[in-house]
Amino acid sequence: MIRFTDVTKEYARTGIALNDVSLHVAKGEFVFLTGPSGSGKSTILKLIYMEEMPTAGEVRVSGLSTASLRRGDVAKLRRKLGIVFQDFRLLEDRTVEANVGFALEVTGAPRGTIPTRVSRLLTQVGLASKSASLPRELSGGEQQRVAIARALVNEPYVLIADEPTGNLDDRATRGIFQLLREINASGTAVVMATHNLELIRRSDYRTIEINRGAIVFDSGEARAAQQEEIS
Amino acid sequence: MLALREAMLAFRRAPLLSVLGITTIAFSLFAVGLFGLVALNIKHTIAGVEERVEIRAFIAEGTPADAVATAMADISNFPEVLKVDYVSQEDALQRARRELGEFRDVFDAGFLPASIEVRLRDGFRAPDRVRAVSTRIGTYSFIDDVRYGQEWVEKLARIRDIATIAGIALGLAFATVAVIIIGTTIRMAVLARSREIAIMRLVGATDGFIRRPFLIEGFFKGILGGTAALLLTWLASTLIDRYIIRSSFFSSETALIGLLGGALIGLIGSAVSVGRHLRRV
Repeated sequence: MIRFTDVTKEYARTGIALNDVSLHVAKGEFVFLTGPSGSGKSTILKLIYMEEMPTAGEVRVSGLSTASLRRGDVAKLRRKLGIVFQDFRLLEDRTVEANVGFALEVTGAPRGTIPTRVSRLLTQVGLASKSASLPRELSGGEQQRVAIARALVNEPYVLIADEPTGNLDDRATRGIFQLLREINASGTAVVMATHNLELIRRSDYRTIEINRGAIVFDSGEARAAQQEEIS
Repeated sequence: MLALREAMLAFRRAPLLSVLGITTIAFSLFAVGLFGLVALNIKHTIAGVEERVEIRAFIAEGTPADAVATAMADISNFPEVLKVDYVSQEDALQRARRELGEFRDVFDAGFLPASIEVRLRDGFRAPDRVRAVSTRIGTYSFIDDVRYGQEWVEKLARIRDIATIAGIALGLAFATVAVIIIGTTIRMAVLARSREIAIMRLVGATDGFIRRPFLIEGFFKGILGGTAALLLTWLASTLIDRYIIRSSFFSSETALIGLLGGALIGLIGSAVSVGRHLRRV
C-alpha cells in the first residue's frame, strides 16, 4: 500500500535527508519509525502524504505514484490518509465538533450526514461530552484525540502520526497509543514516528530505525530473515 | 454555498482586519476617485473652451448673396463642420460695438466686412484640422481672408495634450498604488489565515476549495470599499461644488465602472495573493 523504491530526498538548504531508501508497508500494518532527531523520519512521513516529492526514486501510496502525479491528486490522496502531528494543528477558533466536521466539509460530504459521523467519531475517541468545547479548553491528550478523530473522519487506509505523543505526559501517551492500537485493530494501517522507546518495547509492532537518512534496522525484515533461516 | 459561509465567517472572526481592509480599499480608491474628479473637470473645462474654436471667413464687398448662400451650404456639408453662420456687416458692427463698450463710436457703418462663421465638430478642433478647413474655405474666390486664432488654437491643443498625458500618467500611478496597497491588505488577510490554509490542505481540500472563500471575501471587500470610496468622492465633489468652484461629478456609468473596478481589484488581488500563497506552501 505504501512503497518507497530507491528514494532519495535532498533539500536545497540542508542537503540529503534520505538516501536511497526502499520500504514497503502492507495494508493494515502498524509500523514505528524511530531514530534520532533529523534522521529523516518526518521526511518519510511527508513523502507518504506527498507534502514533499522525492529527488530520486518513486513513492507509491494507495495506487498513486509520485512519478505520475497530476494536479489535484494530492488533495484526493489526503482524503484517504489521516495525518496527526505532535502540535495537533487544530483550528483554534472552532469547536471540537467543527474541527472534525471541517475535514468532511472539505471533501464535499453531504451536510446532513456530517453531525452523525462526527458524533460517532467523538464517541470513539472518548470526547462525546466535549463536542462544543474549543481546543484551548482541552488538555493536550484531549486535543490529540480531536486531531485523531479528524484524521479518521474520512475512513482512511493509513493513519500517519508524526510524534503524536511528543507533547503529552505518560498517562495521556498511554491513552493515545491505546487509541491508535484500536484504530489499527479495526483495519487501518498506522505509521507512527516516535522517540518513545518505551512504547516500542511494550508492543510487538514492526519497527524501522532511521539514521542519517538511511534505514539501519527493520524488525519486519529481520523477522522475515529469521523465518527464512528456520525453514 | 459553503464558500459563502466560510467567507462570512472570515468577516465575523476577524472584524478588525476586515474593517481595516475595507477602509484601506476605500481610501485607496478615494484617492483615485479624487484624481479622476480633477481630471474630469479639467477635461470638461478644456472641452468648453474648445467649443469656442471658430473659423471666420471675411467676404469681399459686393459678393452676390446667392454665391455666399451656395458656399455656406457647401461648407456645412464638410464632415468637420458643426455649424455655419452668416454675419452681415450690420451684425458685425453691432457686435463690435457691444464688445468694445466705450469705443463704440470708433467704427462707421460699412467699415467691418461681412463674414461666415464656422464652428467645428468635437474631435475636429486640433490645429491641423482647423488649418485644413480654413484653407479649403479660403479657396472661394470671394473670400478675402480667413482667421481662426492660430496661436490660440495651438496653445489650447498643447494644454490639452499635456493634460491628457499627465492625466494618464498620474492616473496609472494612482491606480498602481491603489492596487499595491489593496493587494498588501488582502495578503495580510491571507497570511493571517495561513495556518488554516495549511490545515485545509492537510485534510484534502483542493486549491479551488481553499481559494473560493477568499475570492468571495475579496469581492465583497472590493464592493464595500468601492461604495465607500464613491460616497466619499461624491461628498468631496458636492462640497467643492458648493463652496469652492463649480464642478461636475462622474456620470452614473463611470461611477458604476469605478465600483466594479473596486470589486475586480478585490477579486484579482485575492486570487493573486492566495495563488501565490498556495504555490509556496
